[in-house]
Amino acid sequence: MTNSNWLLPEYIQDMLPDEAWRIEKMRADALELLRLSGYQLVAPPLLEYAESLLVNGSRDMDLRTFKLVDQMSGRTLGLRADITPQVARIDAHLLNRQGVTRLCYAGSVLHTQPAGLMRTREPLQIGAELYGHSGLESDLEVQRLMLQVLAALGVENVYLDLGHVALFRALVKYAGIAKELESELFVALQGKDTPALRTLVRGLPQSVQDALLALPQLYGGVEVIARARATLPDYPEVTDALHELEQAAVHLQPLANSVGIDLAELRGYHYHSGMVFAAYHSGCHDAIALGGRYDDLGKSFGRARPATGFSMDLRQLHGLLEKQAQPMSILAPYRDDGALQEKIAQLRSQGHAVVVDLLGDTEQCHELNCDRELVQQDGLWVVSNNKFQ
Amino acid sequence: MITIALSKGRIFEETVPLLAAAGITPLEDPESSRKLILPTNRADVRLIIVRASDVPTYVQYGAADLGVAGKDVLNEHGGTGLYQPLDLKIACCRMMVAVRNDFDYDSAVRQGARLRVATKYVQTAREHFAAKGVHVDLIKLYGSMELAPLVGLSDAIVDLVSSGNTLKANNLKAVEEVGQISSRLVVNQAALKLKREAIQPMLDAFAQAVHK
Repeated sequence: MTNSNWLLPEYIQDMLPDEAWRIEKMRADALELLRLSGYQLVAPPLLEYAESLLVNGSRDMDLRTFKLVDQMSGRTLGLRADITPQVARIDAHLLNRQGVTRLCYAGSVLHTQPAGLMRTREPLQIGAELYGHSGLESDLEVQRLMLQVLAALGVENVYLDLGHVALFRALVKYAGIAKELESELFVALQGKDTPALRTLVRGLPQSVQDALLALPQLYGGVEVIARARATLPDYPEVTDALHELEQAAVHLQPLANSVGIDLAELRGYHYHSGMVFAAYHSGCHDAIALGGRYDDLGKSFGRARPATGFSMDLRQLHGLLEKQAQPMSILAPYRDDGALQEKIAQLRSQGHAVVVDLLGDTEQCHELNCDRELVQQDGLWVVSNNKFQ
Repeated sequence: MITIALSKGRIFEETVPLLAAAGITPLEDPESSRKLILPTNRADVRLIIVRASDVPTYVQYGAADLGVAGKDVLNEHGGTGLYQPLDLKIACCRMMVAVRNDFDYDSAVRQGARLRVATKYVQTAREHFAAKGVHVDLIKLYGSMELAPLVGLSDAIVDLVSSGNTLKANNLKAVEEVGQISSRLVVNQAALKLKREAIQPMLDAFAQAVHK
C-alpha cells in the first residue's frame, strides 16, 4: 500500500520557506504601518462559541464556519472564518472605551469552503477596524489606510471600487419591500442581472422600479454620481450616500491607480450599513482587499458602535507579487574553535545568516542556500566566495 | 486584450451578428478550424472556443473577460462571481419536464409519489421539484435523456426542448415548463472594473443589437 499520509486536504497548503519568510515580512511591515497609524494590535482566539462568531446572521458565514462541540461546556464552538466580529466583540464589550478605538489584527482563519476560486481554505487575514466615529472622516481614514498597506506590501496599480449599501436599503425601506423579495433583488443586483431584476420589480412603485433597474447601470468613474443624482429618488439617505461616495472618490484618487464607483455593489450587505469598498488588481480575478462600514454589529455584543474597517488575505496578496529569492547565507564549518564562534556571532549580529555545515559534505551545501563560506586564512576566519563561483 | 468565451454551434452562429454590431469579426470559423483561440479583425479582441458548460468557469476565473452562456448552464453553475447584465435572446428554447405518453404525471404528483428524474441539469431539477414540494431521486445523465423513461431508468426527465420532435419520436410528452432558456452575456466582475473602457462599448453595442 502506498503511503498517503503526506497528503493535505483540498485547498489547504503548506507555506514553504520562500513564501513563509516573505509573508512573515509582509505581516510585520503591514502591522508596523498600522501601529504607526495609531492602531492597537489584538489577537482574538482561533475558536470561540459559534453564536458569537455568527452574530451578523449571514448564511454564507454560517456555512463557511467549521464547528465542533466543546467538551467542557457542551456548546457549539466555531473556528473563526472572519476576525472582524471578534474584534467588534472586543471593542463592544472588553475595552468599553467611549471615544474612538482603533484596532488591528493578523491571524489565520479557516473556511469550510474556499471563499472563491483558487482561494485557500486557510487565509491569513490582516485588517484594521475603527470604532466610535460615524462620519466620512473615519471612512476615508480606513480606505486610505487600506491603500497605504497595499502600497507598502508592494502591490501596485490598484483599482479602488466604491459602493454604498444605504442606497439599496433606502429603496427597500421606502417601498416596504418584503424580506424574501429583498434577498432575491440582492442576488440579482450583485450579478447585475437586469433581466431577472425586470421580472422581480413588477408590482413595485414606478419610481422604485426605475431606481432598481438603474442601479446595475450605475458604475464607472466619478461621473456616475451625477447620473445617479439625476436617476435615483432624492431620499435623504440617497443624497447623503452619493455625497459620501463623491467625497471619497475625490480624496482617494491620488492614492489609487484609478477609483471607480459601482452602485449595485452590495458585498457584505448582511452586516454592512454604509460605504463599502474593494481593491482590485489586474493579476487577480477577485477583489484583493475589502472593507466597509458596519454600524450595527456591536449591538449583538451589547453595545452598538459606529464601525468601519478593512481586511485582506496575505496569502492571496503574496501571489500577486513578483517572486523574490531569499538572501543567501554564509556557510561555516563545524569546529570547536572559539575564534570561529566569535566570528559567527559577529556576522549574525550584523544581519548575515550563517549556517553551520554539520555534515561537512560539500555535495549538499547547495541545499543550505549559501553563496559564501567562512574559511581560515593566516589564522583568521574570513568570508570567501571562492568555492561558489 | 479582451477574451470572449463562446461555445461551438448554435451559440457561436447566433453570436456572430452581435459581435458584428460591436465591430468584431472572427477571422476563422470554429467549425472548420481546429484552433481553440480564434483571432478577430481587432488585434485587442480574441475568441476562445470552449464547451458550453465550461463558459461560466472560464469567465469566473478571469481566463475570459466575457462569455455567452445559456441560462440552463448558468443555473447549474450558480452564477456566483459573474455579472450577467444582458439577455441576448439567442439560442432560445424551454426547459421542460417530460414523461412517457402513458405516464400520468399529474396524479403521480398529486399522490405525493417519489419521482425518479433523469437529467443533465441536476441543480435546476432539484430547485424546480423542491419549489413544487415533490420528492425526487435525481439521476445525472450526460446525454440521450429521452431514453431513460423508455427503459425504466426514470419516471420523468428534465431537458431542453426546442421543437419537441425528439420527444414525439420517442413517445414522450412534455408535461411542465421549468423555465424559458436563452443565452446570457456573462462578464468577469474584476474585468468589468479593470477593463471598463474596452468592455463597456461592447456591452452597449450588444444591448443595442439585441433590442433592435
